[in-house]
Amino acid sequence: MNRIHGKMIKPYKGPFDGVGKVTSSLREAIQRADLKDGMTISFHHHFREGDYIINTVMDQIAELGIKNLTIIPSSLGKVHEPLIGHIESGVVREIHTSGLRGKLAEFVSDGKLGTPLIIRSHGGRARAIEAGEVKIDVAFLAAPRSDKMGNASGNGKYTQCGSLGYAIVDAKYADTVILITDDLCDYPNIKPSITQDLVDSVVVLDSIGDPNGIASGATRFTKNPKELKIAEYAANTIMSLPLYKTGFSFQTGSGGSSLAVTRYLKENMKLNDIKASFALGGITQPMVELLEEGFVGCLYDVQSFDLTSTASIAKNENHIEISASQYANPSNKGCMASMLDFVILSALEIDTDFNVNVMTGSDGVIMGASGGHCDTAASAKVTIVVAPLYRGRLATVVEKVTSVITPGNTVDIFVTERGIAVNPRRKDLLEILEKTTLPLVTMDDLLEKVDRLVGKPVPIEFEERIVAKIEYRDGSIIDTIRQRKNTL
Amino acid sequence: MTNKDRLRRTMLYVPGSNPGMIADSMIYGADSIMFDLEDSISLKEKDTARHLVYEALKQLDFGEVELVCRVNGLDTPYGERDIEAMVAAGIHVIRLPKTETVQDVKAVEILIEQYEKKYGLETGSIKMMAAVESALGIMNAHEIAHASKRLVGIAIGAEDYVTNLKTTRSASGIELIYARSQLLNAARSAGIAALDTVFSDVEDIENFDNEVRLIKQLGFDGKSVINPRQIPIVHEIFTPTEHEVTHAQAVIEAIKEAEAKGLGVISLKGKMIDKPIVDRAIRIIELKKASR
Amino acid sequence: MEIVKSSSAGTLDSCDIQIRIETNEIGTNEIYLKSVVEMQFGDQIKSLISGVLDKHNLKGVTVNAVDRGALDCTIKARVESAVMRALGREILEDWSVIHHDK
Repeated sequence: MNRIHGKMIKPYKGPFDGVGKVTSSLREAIQRADLKDGMTISFHHHFREGDYIINTVMDQIAELGIKNLTIIPSSLGKVHEPLIGHIESGVVREIHTSGLRGKLAEFVSDGKLGTPLIIRSHGGRARAIEAGEVKIDVAFLAAPRSDKMGNASGNGKYTQCGSLGYAIVDAKYADTVILITDDLCDYPNIKPSITQDLVDSVVVLDSIGDPNGIASGATRFTKNPKELKIAEYAANTIMSLPLYKTGFSFQTGSGGSSLAVTRYLKENMKLNDIKASFALGGITQPMVELLEEGFVGCLYDVQSFDLTSTASIAKNENHIEISASQYANPSNKGCMASMLDFVILSALEIDTDFNVNVMTGSDGVIMGASGGHCDTAASAKVTIVVAPLYRGRLATVVEKVTSVITPGNTVDIFVTERGIAVNPRRKDLLEILEKTTLPLVTMDDLLEKVDRLVGKPVPIEFEERIVAKIEYRDGSIIDTIRQRKNTL
Repeated sequence: MTNKDRLRRTMLYVPGSNPGMIADSMIYGADSIMFDLEDSISLKEKDTARHLVYEALKQLDFGEVELVCRVNGLDTPYGERDIEAMVAAGIHVIRLPKTETVQDVKAVEILIEQYEKKYGLETGSIKMMAAVESALGIMNAHEIAHASKRLVGIAIGAEDYVTNLKTTRSASGIELIYARSQLLNAARSAGIAALDTVFSDVEDIENFDNEVRLIKQLGFDGKSVINPRQIPIVHEIFTPTEHEVTHAQAVIEAIKEAEAKGLGVISLKGKMIDKPIVDRAIRIIELKKASR
Repeated sequence: MEIVKSSSAGTLDSCDIQIRIETNEIGTNEIYLKSVVEMQFGDQIKSLISGVLDKHNLKGVTVNAVDRGALDCTIKARVESAVMRALGREILEDWSVIHHDK
């Protein structure tokens, strides 16, 4: 096969008129793409738990008898449990993803996927694809609306996902792009996220996803007093720092406390007439409200989480779609994360060296997603991790995290309901915060507190076998996850 | 720890049946936490709530916060058991519900003393607070406030009281003006704290805010709160202004200076400083410290 | 001591533990635990429950516990409550006997 710069070259067959791009047969599109044993295929996760595409496509591929595929979705959810069957039957050999949850995650944690899972951050995935470290043979990209040429966008008649940021990278770098939609519109579909020059086939199916699983109605602030307390401390921390002034930029995660930080910030911004220049990342209703009320200049949206944000991106010109590469790829000529002043992130576990785990439960089972965690932590000027000191009986602050997603040297401040710990590397921040009335503590203080509260757990035992490799955003392997030992 | 004069701007109400809320009750910065064994606990769970609060008091670190327990009345089978358990656990303050007469206070006092002896605690170490929740209680407020040396404060429970009056609570609080004033004067005449009732609509921030301003102006020390989200609002309203703080500091400086010089009469900017001014200055400085 | 009836205490809410106590035929104590933190804390929870049973000199008792991440103080309180109820003493318990430990 002829390739230029790694990309397959198709021989010239005369001027292309688009005839035959559209088909209602997924099978035909797969055959036309010449998908073969051992190839690599990709998907996006903009449909989250409402995604029909991965399961539908994999069933079709299995029917065609194609085996040993590597699949590299941008992330996977509980809804993708049927992949277990495809792994067992040999259709899927290898998986690269940001997140893994539910039964499939347990299956992988039990060592039942032949090759170790590769876990990449959103920025790391874009980097690996652009660098050619992973070569996508066929990308199956669902889009809520497309025209017959493959100009595709994130809001359609039946489904709305807003930004298609993760899919854009795949569309640009895959050898073959199969666009899948349930809303074929008249040509041309203006302002598409994915443009026709990148698309080989357009498959029209009856349904591509469950709207209820794709975007929640509205993201409301938490009423949980503990989460609010944490958010209040985090917001007060930000407001104490000199970077907090008109023109500042920020990103918040979608967790309860993380989101609620915006609420406290807004009150203060109103009071002191401070306006942010931009907010970045996964966008939710509270962010949209900031934009509409003029507290932030624009939103850069790689993923729209709720119906308010999917509607906003379609109508507000300052609500701007960006690709995963623009968002967080460390090796392009400048990702937007690198312009962040503040990022507020969550954690399943954080250790005394500030290393953060958002991937594995303290029982050693994979249950989360790497997401943009390590990307934004490394990029933002001030990285704030927020989490309760313990959940149920499980400590968040531990001596050593079960697995490292974000290295401690990129985390600056950890905020809990029982105190705020500043990374000793950031003497500059510590010096400023010491002059405030915020309850500063050390990680050791927090560890001692939580140990007294929940007790010391029995250390989790692991088998030798490595079930997952965690790739840092630069491509290095930062940690591995071992097979859990079933002691019960 | 507890003493008569400590700050009691907020008393966070925590149902004794909820282990999650009990374990986190100390993180919200309330001046006092009140574990409830009474109205929020169903008759079937009186025993389990008592055990839960007991074990929490024994094992959790509550820091500097004042720990209060609202026990069941002695006219129930649970009242004495509650008192015994709370004394054994070393609670700081036992709060009596529905206090109507001096006798109600005395009866609890006798039991507390009896159990202090049984569990080897110093007599008088456990304090009391009486909640008045009826017209009779309000009429007897003065005697109730003076009924025991253990009393650190009296509180008004407005929900039962307004029902007793044959009215309901309103936004202006007009129906409570007499009771609040009576209770406040009773408390002050006995030199103890006066605490206001709960405001039960957590979402209604505006009227909550108004009510807190009203009771602060009346002279109350603070208010019972049912949700942690109400705490910062009360604390903010009770935080003295910069002007008040500067003046209070000047008063205290002037006293120090006068004492150093051995002067009997103290004046600041030509105005004589007497005891009420000094007391007020001290309280303002305390409120300012606590607001940090 | 003798159990006079089967009993239970606690709820299935998060941060709580539900304890059910009944007599068994075998004469020794059995503890069955289901916990969201079984791997990390299962043994500690069982030994805590067993300690309370021993303190009350209970023998031939089966405990079924469903734990939703309760802290030790909650577990102890729930077991004490269930034991008192099983002994028929939920009203008349004597705190000096039950809670002499500091």
